[in-house]
Amino acid sequence: MPVMKKYEFIEHTSDIGLRAYGGTLSKAFANAALGMFSIMAELKNVGEKESRRVEVNADDIEGLIFEWLNSLLYYFDVEMLIFKRFDIIEFEDTHLTAICYGEPYDSSHHRLKMGVKSATYHQLEVDREAGSVQVIFDV
Amino acid sequence: MPEWSGKLEKVDEFRWRIPRDYKPGMRVPGLIYADEGMLKQIVADRAPEQVANVAFLPGIVNYSLAMPDIHWGYGFAIGGVAAMRVSDGVVSPGGVGFDINCGVRIMRTNITQNEVKPKIKELIDALFYAVPSGMGSKGKIKLRSGEINDVLTKGSRWAVERGYGRPEDLQTTEENGEMKEVNTDYVSARAKERGTPQVGTLGSGNHFLEVGVIDEIYEKDIAKVMGIDDIGQVMLYVHCGSRGLGHQVADDYIKEMVRAMQKYGIQVPDRQLACAPVNSPEGKRYLTAMRGAANYAWANRQCITHWVREAFCRVMGVSEKEAGLELIYDVTHNIAKIEEHEVEGVKESLCVHRKGATRAFPPGHPDIPGKYRSVGQPILIPGDMGRLSYVLAGTERAMKETFGSTCHGAGRMQSRSAMKKRFSGRDVLRELESRGIVVRAGSMSGLAEEAPEAYKDVESVVNVAHGAGISKKVARTRPIAVVKG
Repeated sequence: MPVMKKYEFIEHTSDIGLRAYGGTLSKAFANAALGMFSIMAELKNVGEKESRRVEVNADDIEGLIFEWLNSLLYYFDVEMLIFKRFDIIEFEDTHLTAICYGEPYDSSHHRLKMGVKSATYHQLEVDREAGSVQVIFDV
Repeated sequence: MPEWSGKLEKVDEFRWRIPRDYKPGMRVPGLIYADEGMLKQIVADRAPEQVANVAFLPGIVNYSLAMPDIHWGYGFAIGGVAAMRVSDGVVSPGGVGFDINCGVRIMRTNITQNEVKPKIKELIDALFYAVPSGMGSKGKIKLRSGEINDVLTKGSRWAVERGYGRPEDLQTTEENGEMKEVNTDYVSARAKERGTPQVGTLGSGNHFLEVGVIDEIYEKDIAKVMGIDDIGQVMLYVHCGSRGLGHQVADDYIKEMVRAMQKYGIQVPDRQLACAPVNSPEGKRYLTAMRGAANYAWANRQCITHWVREAFCRVMGVSEKEAGLELIYDVTHNIAKIEEHEVEGVKESLCVHRKGATRAFPPGHPDIPGKYRSVGQPILIPGDMGRLSYVLAGTERAMKETFGSTCHGAGRMQSRSAMKKRFSGRDVLRELESRGIVVRAGSMSGLAEEAPEAYKDVESVVNVAHGAGISKKVARTRPIAVVKG
């Protein structure tokens, strides 16, 4: 079976976006987070030394992806945590719980790439049937 | 993306109208300031569609405007200006953006290019070390518990009271660097947590410090009033915003506005335009939090200004007094403000959104500092890394046509990833050095993203703003050294 693409980037004049796949929305949400951190940092040298339980609530599924990605950016700003694995253990339209694994940025062996200010609602798409999401970031 | 194929009517050499009937739901027409040459890029970028979408917002008056540096944004186009009646209009956090009060300031010096040239490498290194920059950079300032609330309410004044900069800097900062009517209870704990370690940091992306020299003076008398005396005079720029605090405030309130739209029965073509009536509890809460974030950004630039002065004087071996280093002005280019403007002959209170646009108030306006009352508000238009930047002055025509607004920069036209495919950071570094520009950057790939080729030519942007009469060219600077965040 061919390996399914986890995410791909979308060209945008001032910003950068991605389309994340997974077959299910829960997996697509995890892959969107992975894609976002791969915009921000080179992930291959990032270990999984630390984990955080992240709980997110929103009014609807579009709100949930917005809130999910932006919550992870909060962890980066406050704790400098670069996440690279996301186990989503509870997933509903208005709620998710995930265990996120990664480690704090260390300039001696990590390389940062691009700052992401926020996920946006602009052209945000959640495709339930395909199990994919599209997000544009403000960078 | 397919080219935009909507209706665009030529008004004159510098003005293009999107008629109201282009899309049902537009409350006013769109108006784009551009020349014929720029139009191709603007249409290819599809930004006019976003100008049309903004025209849907309740209470919008006259036009949904786009300045000549317009480019495709998220929700609002970058370079967008929209004014809504306070009485029955809305405020939209997307019309301000995530980097609330991203802005730029310029300091004049008594030092010439010839004096700085032999020390330029030393100077740019000193600036690079003096000002924390790059992604995730933490500041040198430790805030006491709860002190973040002082930053949010006092802005630049907080910084000056802490010993960063001079009291007179406040007079030459838009809003004196301190917007009133801030309620820190409406800034979330998350926003404060993100902002606390980042006070006094440049950040990344297109934020920079620049050493420039005066290259041309168009209006000698106006320039003189601003402290711009001669060709070859060294100027210092600081460009940055409100860091994670502003991003979080925007996130928090966009979410709240999505909910509010249901409550107030507002429909918009793009969720990123989420909004609420200016006078609603949601609208008021956003404005009070946004002003706090704006004050944070001014405090941020004020702290950085202090370190830039210290580093400059140390390297040049001069005292602050000898160096000059007066702040000419500081402008914000991502903001919403309640201002009085004339609409169809009647003074009206409006909520003016400037998303990648600069205030451009005319001579005589009470909101500009006394020393500039006779010449108009100084406007700073940074170009890109390799090119020219401009100092302009506000005009009466801007007041009449654009709610006292003009462009804010060169305007991106190539995506960051396209730039990285074409150039490496080292290519850009070499190219700039061959043109006599010394660069220090936190990240090489970041440098490639900001390659000069990514941007519209700032000269044509400024010529449109000048030609259309919405600002007046005063002077031009050429960069000789840049610290890129």
